[in-house]
Amino acid sequence: MALRQDSFGDLKVPLTWISVVALIVCGVVGVSILLSDRRETFQTEAYGVARQAVDTVAAPVGGVVAAPGRWTGDVLGWLGSYIAVAHENRRLKGVIRDLQMQADLAVKLEDENGRLRAMLGVRTDPPIPMVTARVVADSRGPFANARLANAGSEVDIVIGYPVLSERGLVGRVVGVSRGASRVLLLTDVASRTPVMIDRSNARAILTGDGGPNPKLDYLRGREAVREGDRVLTSGDGGVMPRGLPVGRAVKGLDGRWRVVLDADSGAIDWVRILKFKDYVQLADQAALAATRLPPVITETPDDRIIGVSPRRTAPTPPPAQKTPAAGPPPQAKTPAATPPRKTAAPSPTAAVPVKKTPATITPPQKAPLTAPAGAPLKKAPAPVLAQPQSQPAQPAAEPQ
Amino acid sequence: MSFSAARPLDPWRWIGIPTAMCLGATILLSAPIQVFGLRLPEPVFLMVCAFAWAVIRPSILGPVVLLVAGLFLDSFWGGPLGLWAVSLLTVYAVTLAMRNMMTGQSRLMMWAWYMGMTAVAMGTGYLITMLDLKAAPSLVSVLWQFLATVILFPFAHRLIDRFEDADVRFR
Repeated sequence: MALRQDSFGDLKVPLTWISVVALIVCGVVGVSILLSDRRETFQTEAYGVARQAVDTVAAPVGGVVAAPGRWTGDVLGWLGSYIAVAHENRRLKGVIRDLQMQADLAVKLEDENGRLRAMLGVRTDPPIPMVTARVVADSRGPFANARLANAGSEVDIVIGYPVLSERGLVGRVVGVSRGASRVLLLTDVASRTPVMIDRSNARAILTGDGGPNPKLDYLRGREAVREGDRVLTSGDGGVMPRGLPVGRAVKGLDGRWRVVLDADSGAIDWVRILKFKDYVQLADQAALAATRLPPVITETPDDRIIGVSPRRTAPTPPPAQKTPAAGPPPQAKTPAATPPRKTAAPSPTAAVPVKKTPATITPPQKAPLTAPAGAPLKKAPAPVLAQPQSQPAQPAAEPQ
Repeated sequence: MSFSAARPLDPWRWIGIPTAMCLGATILLSAPIQVFGLRLPEPVFLMVCAFAWAVIRPSILGPVVLLVAGLFLDSFWGGPLGLWAVSLLTVYAVTLAMRNMMTGQSRLMMWAWYMGMTAVAMGTGYLITMLDLKAAPSLVSVLWQFLATVILFPFAHRLIDRFEDADVRFR
């Protein structure tokens, strides 16, 4: 019996060698794709169509797959709360008492804060709009820590938006497709977030490494951080707004400062995506566009080196008494009489008619741009060429 | 020369169905669920296929499917595109090169081989991440995924057991 029953059943090929060739080709393709990937750039165009397609399909599938687990969790939570209702009631009364005290304090501080801001004229940040989304898929490996949220370009989410849970910062959006957003977690090995220590105002970069507790890198200052210090976003660089809760500082087993993330203290099933667009949203773009800037003053380096163009405004010759009487210099060595070797680039000053600039055609014997007698002749510096007409012209040469 | 002793080895049986099962399990375990406050582990199910296919016999379709499935893993998990494709192909290549030493070994010994190949996959992923991002992933996190993947060996053994004798040309 042949291996296959069709017309190719008797076909004999060196399968081992062909499979090795197929393996090598696949390896080359895989490496090429890996080298061309620009995931870490977090640019819109780097998030390719293939990734968008996978996210678009994976979002509803993940929602369906996660639904039984969510329902089970809800049922277990309901049962648990029903059984422990008395204990929960006592605990919540205590929490309400504490929160009432904090609320009274918050009202007092808010009032004081408002008056001080009014006195100082501080301009506060505008409120940031946000979108609530449900997490439908989660990757937890050492090489990728990301989540898929079921809100995407249809609600105007773009790459770079910060993402929070109800407890703290989760990460930021690195990919958007219709109906789904890919959220890069703070724990991902590619994640870098500028943060600050709330107590000391010290700055650091929160660096993910695939583990549950990202590192505090580039920490500056002595005693900048202590165990349990609150870590917030610093807002440096404009990537994230300032003051979002991140977590608490702890000393890791490797001796480095790490952060226990606030967002990890419970399941992340719902997230808020802040529509934060850097600092540009603080400025009135229309007013900025209408601003008239002064003209840019430039000069052509070639003209400065080679010599004076006859169409340019020449400086007024200095008074004769200031020039030592040394007799007429050789004509060929007088810069003002030398015919131009190169036409200067058009500029406002270069467009001045020749008749208005008589100094450029002054005969050489009348030109006082000479060196003293016996002194070696030096090439005089050319004037600044592209000066605005309102500015005085520079002298062609200083008396030696 | 005829292969009268060989049985038909349909690609969909030993490549198609296992791939679909592995991808389904990957999607299933990506659900954002916590059990007793702990997050679920994230094993690399396709390691089962990469190891078992190379042990069963050389194949043209095997590396192609591994490439495509690896790219899907990278897209689905949001990692660098090509990381798992290259890692799985590396495992396939190393296993294929050493299959003469593996065939006929005891179950425990094969488990040891599988652990070694999983270490090769993790090491490849670690190196690629280091070169790509200039940052070292957490070794503890790598170890957790390694352990979660190693315990999948019974599935690989089942696959090998089922199809190892299907094509006697490569025994």
